[in-house]
Amino acid sequence: MTAAATRVLFDEPGPRGRARIRIFTVIGLLLVAVIVALALYQFYRNGQLGRSRWLAFAEPAYLRFLADGIRGTIIATALAAVLSFPLGVVLALGRLSRNGLLRRVSTWYIELFRSIPLLLLIYAFLLALPRYGINLPILWKLVVPIVMVNVAVLAEIFRAGILAVDHGQSEAAAALGLREGTAMRSVILPQAIRLVIPTLVTQLVALLKDSTLGYVVSYPELMKQAQNLTVYTHLLVQTYLIVAAIYVLVNLLLSRFAVWLERRLGSRTSSRATAEPEGVPQTMA
Amino acid sequence: MRVVTDNLGFLLGGLLVTLELTVLGFVGALLLGTVLAVFRVSPIAPLRWVGAVYVEVLRNMPLLTLLILVVFGLPDVGLTFSLFTSAAACMAAFAAAFVCEAVRGGINTVPVGQAEAARSLGFTFTQSLRYVILPPAFRTMVQPLVNIFIGVVLGSSLASAVGVSELTNRTQVLNLQSAEAVGLFLVSGAIYLVIALLGGAAGGALERRVSGGRLR
Repeated sequence: MTAAATRVLFDEPGPRGRARIRIFTVIGLLLVAVIVALALYQFYRNGQLGRSRWLAFAEPAYLRFLADGIRGTIIATALAAVLSFPLGVVLALGRLSRNGLLRRVSTWYIELFRSIPLLLLIYAFLLALPRYGINLPILWKLVVPIVMVNVAVLAEIFRAGILAVDHGQSEAAAALGLREGTAMRSVILPQAIRLVIPTLVTQLVALLKDSTLGYVVSYPELMKQAQNLTVYTHLLVQTYLIVAAIYVLVNLLLSRFAVWLERRLGSRTSSRATAEPEGVPQTMA
Repeated sequence: MRVVTDNLGFLLGGLLVTLELTVLGFVGALLLGTVLAVFRVSPIAPLRWVGAVYVEVLRNMPLLTLLILVVFGLPDVGLTFSLFTSAAACMAAFAAAFVCEAVRGGINTVPVGQAEAARSLGFTFTQSLRYVILPPAFRTMVQPLVNIFIGVVLGSSLASAVGVSELTNRTQVLNLQSAEAVGLFLVSGAIYLVIALLGGAAGGALERRVSGGRLR
């Protein structure tokens, strides 16, 4: 909430109010400090703060292990993104199509794949499909389910974008004699995509988080490498805390990038295509 | 399909665990998330920071990483809880970050003029919240909260990767034992689909009730 709005919920604090806020601020700071100290103490008591446990990560071998994991994550995420974004557009167009059958099939696909867990699908590809002869390489056992699920989410994002483009655009295209397909391709879609670019970056964050399921299929991305490392070193807490920090950092940067993109592109287009209030993602992986 | 009928009890037991995880996780997230939202709008700076840091970290961390840290990491730091408790707490903590943002978003859609009018009419802080701000805010919040609920349902399946014997886990276990794979996964998928659709329908009904005729 903006400072102005907060000031409206309760009157501008007078001297007693300010003093009370000051007191609570100090108490709050003390509480936070105490909690952090307690957490660190708990770590210390269980021997998790030992220098050797943490400095081990400065060794090149460990770093290389983690770097391989990061590379695996990037490959899986990029592959999933490159495949699912265009297919998402296609599916969105299918959902908006005039052809009844196409529209129904697209809608069913979207509703279905937004309602089943990604892990279930991955297990199916990992454990069930090979028995029927569909045995994909490990990378694809991870990427194909991710693409199947995210295409449905992306289709909704693109659909919101297409519907948000000012109706006057399609009217003008029709008035100029453009056929519907050409109008969509040359007039509506480019504007729709520009509207939803920030949401697409947020979806990229979701894809990155989905890639952690490589852990389950033994694809060597960051989580799997962390698990391998832990088996050798037994430094579970340190390894996973560092891995978590890497993910949080990368995703934070991507999210900030999305916000910056939204600010830069926001002025050039007609209406905003956000289907939900700010900050609530389509998937929560 | 025989494997499904033979093991129906086992599978439904898994469904029960999934539902328990989901309900505990979602309710916990609602409580914690609302508290966090209050933190983020409070005039006390340390509370705002705690709220902001919590949300930023938890929204950007993969759920699997958090689950592994909580379920396997906490015992290494001396805090041992049962597997189910850790997993449920993890789901609640994770979803709370999203609930916080949904609540804040809902409050932000209420025009400032409403709060000003309430203030000028002499409403206290609590009264403004209860009668003027929260009702319309809640109307906006329903859809995102339903999405979060579905996210918790689907996220609960990740608990199977750390060993919780919920629906996805039991599906996988049965699959390893039997030769009949596809029917099993189809049934499990259908169960999740039904839960998600029911959640969505309940959310829609709730939204209609709260909107009282003002639905656009």
